[in-house]
Amino acid sequence: MAESAPLAARRSGRLIAHLWMVLGVIVVAFPVYYVFVASTHSLQTILRPPLPLLPGSEAVRNYSEAFSGGVSRIGGVSLWRLLANTTIVAMGIALGKIAISMASAYAIVFFRFPLRMACFWLIFITLMLPVEVRIQPTYKVMVDLGLINTYPGLILPLIASATATLLFRQFFMTIPDELLEAARVDGAGPWRFFKDILWPLSLTNVAAIFVIQFIYGWTQYLWPLLVTNSNEMNTIVIALKKMVSFADADTPWHLVMVTSVLAILPPILVVVLMQRWFVKGLVETEK
Amino acid sequence: MRRTVFPHKLLPWLLLAPQLAITLIFFYWPAAQAFRQSMLREDAFGLKTTFVGLANFRKVLSDPNYLNSMRVTVVFSVLVAFFAMAIALFLAVQAEKIVRGKGFYRTLMIWPYAVAPAIAGMLWLFMFNPSFGTLAWPLRQLGISWNPLLDSTQAMGLVVAAATWKQISYNFLFFVAGLQAIPRSLLEAAAIDGASRRHTFWTITFPLLAPTSFFLLVVNTVYALFDTFGIIHAVTGGGPGKATETLVYKVYNDGFVNLIMGDSAAQSVILMIIVIALTAFQFRFIERRVHYG
Repeated sequence: MAESAPLAARRSGRLIAHLWMVLGVIVVAFPVYYVFVASTHSLQTILRPPLPLLPGSEAVRNYSEAFSGGVSRIGGVSLWRLLANTTIVAMGIALGKIAISMASAYAIVFFRFPLRMACFWLIFITLMLPVEVRIQPTYKVMVDLGLINTYPGLILPLIASATATLLFRQFFMTIPDELLEAARVDGAGPWRFFKDILWPLSLTNVAAIFVIQFIYGWTQYLWPLLVTNSNEMNTIVIALKKMVSFADADTPWHLVMVTSVLAILPPILVVVLMQRWFVKGLVETEK
Repeated sequence: MRRTVFPHKLLPWLLLAPQLAITLIFFYWPAAQAFRQSMLREDAFGLKTTFVGLANFRKVLSDPNYLNSMRVTVVFSVLVAFFAMAIALFLAVQAEKIVRGKGFYRTLMIWPYAVAPAIAGMLWLFMFNPSFGTLAWPLRQLGISWNPLLDSTQAMGLVVAAATWKQISYNFLFFVAGLQAIPRSLLEAAAIDGASRRHTFWTITFPLLAPTSFFLLVVNTVYALFDTFGIIHAVTGGGPGKATETLVYKVYNDGFVNLIMGDSAAQSVILMIIVIALTAFQFRFIERRVHYG
């Protein structure tokens, strides 16, 4: 980083900046840290404020209790099943969206056919309307198609959006004509061109979209709330909401905290570990 | 415009088929249904449906509960957008001053992006739970009668805090990118001319961030309108009274809890119009008026 003399903040200025950042990070990361702390204390400690700021000694007991039936007793479904459901939904949404949007962007950019632009606009308009504004009629479609309490019911309506298609279209349009010409001269068909040239070039974008859509899928709330009414099909976020009843004195808070940690951890890991692609993809594509 | 393309005629349709099918079945069909239903009314037993034109819209728009939820939505969205952007901008400016350790701070700053809104709400309610919340405890020691489940101002404060918290990471990333795009030469020139840091920020940095800020304004508004359903559902359930019942929450409540289909559909259509207006605003107005000058 080429920091030139007049711009480099003075030493004291940098120190103050660090202090502000530390404060910011504490505020931002604290709730997540704190729920982890809570998951390592006994129920009695949690119910007697203030809760210690450091992890307690009950971690192993709480987590093994939660996995070995503690959560099933409250929510009617095991923690394993909840994690599996949520993973299936998040992966289904991320991979499904990447697959269908790459295919349609490929068709729109690399082929010429009647109604091409009409198709593009048909897809583009969906960019504007989140599922939240049309929940009731969409729900009715799910009932008619018998998709209530199924994985397709949880996944399909949420991949009907244009964001990823637009991104891939934008990226495909930057591929120079010469590349396609050269490939065609060498006798490459559409599949060959995609597999050997386009796919390797798209990997960064695919990774970015994967992270964004995985998070989107994992954190869904309103839709899973509507299309699942059996505990077996709940995602972990929905199950957690059902477990929590703040008026109820009998809520086993230590198990709720363990479930919260497990609901928060996977998406945070994905974001942090794939940070480079995620940040690049988010900032460059949504603008 | 691309000159070279593949000559196939059928293949592109096959490639488009999955997305078109999903879009038609789960998007256009339900949206059309919402429009149709918004002009129908069912009788009390659900036996007969009559066409009532715009009567549902008139009814909804003159319903004091709906106007209340509109007011709640505006207050909520303005507060969330303002605080989430102001805090993120402040932190991004601080982060820019730092030479070493930027990556470390960023890694910790992006956590909330990955937390589901409903869980964000539950975390904040856990910390501020009136009976055993650790942060509610000092409030009570100070003599504040803290109970966000009964006091509507406190309830609003809590959902705004949770919604703001979750959105800071997103805004932070965009402001950092926006700050890095500002030409160093401009800032250097200002520094050489002896401008103070504060002066440089308000006359150079802030105006040049306008495109980022306007983009974020639209994104944050859409976020506050729709993505915060989970927070409100988990923390207050729209209450106490109807103090935190936003438009999306009301659509859900009328359509799935109270089962008033015509009203709920009319509300969906109004929401769609709001989103389309916002998006059109973003594309038309912002893209033209605000640019690096």
